[in-house]
Amino acid sequence: MNGALLLVKSLEKENVSVLFGYPGISICPLFDKLTESSIHSVLVRHEVNAAHEANGYYRSSGKVGVCVSSSGPGATNLITGIATAFADSIPMVVITGQVKSEHIGSDLFQEADIVGACESFVKYSYLVKDASLIPKTVKEAFYIASTGRKGPVLIDIPVDVLRDEGYEFNYPDEVKLRTYKPTLKGHSVQIKKIINELSKASKPIIMVGGGVKLSDSIEEVLQFAKKHNIPFVSTMMGIGIGRDDNPLYIGMVGNNGSKFANKAINEADCLIVAGARVADRAVKQPDLITKDKTLIHIDVDPAEIGKNAGPNIPVVGDLKEVFIELNKFEEQFDFSDWVNRINTYKMTREGLRESTNLYVDPKEFVYSLTGRLKEESLIVTDVGQNQIYACSNFISLGAGFITSGGFGCMGFSVPAAIGAKIGNPEKRIISLNGDGAFQMSMAELSTLKQENVDIKIVIFNNKSLGMIKEYQHLKYNNNYTFNELNGYPHFDCIAKAYDIDYRECHSNNEMEDCINWLLSTKDTCILELNVDRDAFTCMNI
Amino acid sequence: MKRIFSVSVENRFGVLSKVSSLFARRGYNIESLTVGETHDPTISNMTIVSSGSPHDLEQIEKQLNKKLDVIKVRTFKEEESVSRELILVKIKYTASDRSEIIEICQITKAEIVDTTDSNMILLLCDTPDHVDKFIDMLKKFSIIELSRTGTLAMKKCK
Repeated sequence: MNGALLLVKSLEKENVSVLFGYPGISICPLFDKLTESSIHSVLVRHEVNAAHEANGYYRSSGKVGVCVSSSGPGATNLITGIATAFADSIPMVVITGQVKSEHIGSDLFQEADIVGACESFVKYSYLVKDASLIPKTVKEAFYIASTGRKGPVLIDIPVDVLRDEGYEFNYPDEVKLRTYKPTLKGHSVQIKKIINELSKASKPIIMVGGGVKLSDSIEEVLQFAKKHNIPFVSTMMGIGIGRDDNPLYIGMVGNNGSKFANKAINEADCLIVAGARVADRAVKQPDLITKDKTLIHIDVDPAEIGKNAGPNIPVVGDLKEVFIELNKFEEQFDFSDWVNRINTYKMTREGLRESTNLYVDPKEFVYSLTGRLKEESLIVTDVGQNQIYACSNFISLGAGFITSGGFGCMGFSVPAAIGAKIGNPEKRIISLNGDGAFQMSMAELSTLKQENVDIKIVIFNNKSLGMIKEYQHLKYNNNYTFNELNGYPHFDCIAKAYDIDYRECHSNNEMEDCINWLLSTKDTCILELNVDRDAFTCMNI
Repeated sequence: MKRIFSVSVENRFGVLSKVSSLFARRGYNIESLTVGETHDPTISNMTIVSSGSPHDLEQIEKQLNKKLDVIKVRTFKEEESVSRELILVKIKYTASDRSEIIEICQITKAEIVDTTDSNMILLLCDTPDHVDKFIDMLKKFSIIELSRTGTLAMKKCK
């Protein structure tokens, strides 16, 4: 068999059932052999969406997403999607076609050094120069992508290697990599130190990040918090871990987070960071955090510990393993007084909604919508004001939450929602978009129709780039410039062009009706919200 | 603060670029970098001299360890190491300079490895400090070409 068939067989061995991609001359041998396989290929409308769809696919199914493109422009179009996955530690296997081996380096038609270009935002990359190495490479790629700190792995294969004939398929049983042995088991001395520290603390708090979801340790972390009555907050990537009906969950921290969650962190004397980067968006001045509190940082990536804030107790290890160990200790503490005190900070939203027939209040919309969603639903946000509205007003009652937290990539929501639906068809997927972001991804409506997936799309239409406007208000003395989107296109016409049900929500007074419509419509539908141009998220940058 | 990183890596194409791009991307400084194969042909050793704050140096070590082609990172201070550098200098000389140059070579234990009636090439293998001093001593002559390898280092046996 040829290299392409070796690749298909290898993907089958990894239980790949779907891949997202776009064809081109250099990758044609793969699609040629895919017709002999049960692997379903989703034809995207722009390569970047292939990566976002693979991203959403992983986040709803827990299975590593695969995306494929051709060489040159096809490969470079993938880059933003690869970087988006890397920033959020999303495992992904990226396969790109390359020009013939003998022509590499000669600036041939559609040649790009994609391995070189992606170096700083892939976990690892391969340029496969020998077809016999394809099975081993695929085996390693899936292993590397999905273990330790997860991330995208790139496999670049020249077209002649894919076409090279005369091989037999032998898939390796195990991966042998002398340079890659992620530390999963936390050091017992360090873990004991956490318990010692808790015995001294009076106001401990846990901050959960995306790492808790990625390591599948939600249950263990919640169990630990519950055992000792330790309150916990979440980063943007950790939204969905804590539920609003859990008195220990305080809310999201950071410059878009809730005031009381930030207040709780400030008052705490011991902060346990679990699977978060302690980055600038979550914690103001991370380097000063240890001034008045003990910082315990648990992460599978040693390089993340101490990068932004120097911890007093570093623990390298997989969160699941570390929290299983922590839960074994007999010591039991009770910080319920501290929890009760924090809960008095919480504010009620009663009476916040204005009765208006002019606009839809985006905050109230998210609040009303998400208050009705449970485990059956998954929210996928885009980037911009819609993301901030979504994360600061999300009512967590079991619904999933997917967002481009680290990279902040516009145009993420629709493709990620498609991937999420394909990965988990049982879920109701709701995609939140700004009118700016939606215009970056709306070509993907065509993929959505072709794949016959059902996504509930919401467009917050303020006819401008609201986040930019808000930033210009805060930092550039209201010098509003370069943010006007002119009110085009008419989204009802876009919906019509794709045979998608459409409704506009003009004002708060219609909100409940429109949410009913959105949630009860059988197929994909678009709900456009008439949002005030001057509506601000009131972030505190 | 100066620090030496002795890094064992997989001897494969592209690895040097992956390691050096890590320094470039994160804004770390490379003062010198030498690479060569070890007794095991599948492994190369890189000696990288870098400087920065203690936080930066710690991050460099962690980020190097994170690279999948890196087998082992050893890090030490200059004084904890045996370090050597090789230098070749081509200088122009006249009959009147000649004896002084030979004297410098005798003091520094440099060798004259090539000569014509107007040019000569000097070779010295010594610690980076001594190599610097050697260059200073030669500055009064006319240097045509100078090439130094960068530091090669190994942690002392203790």
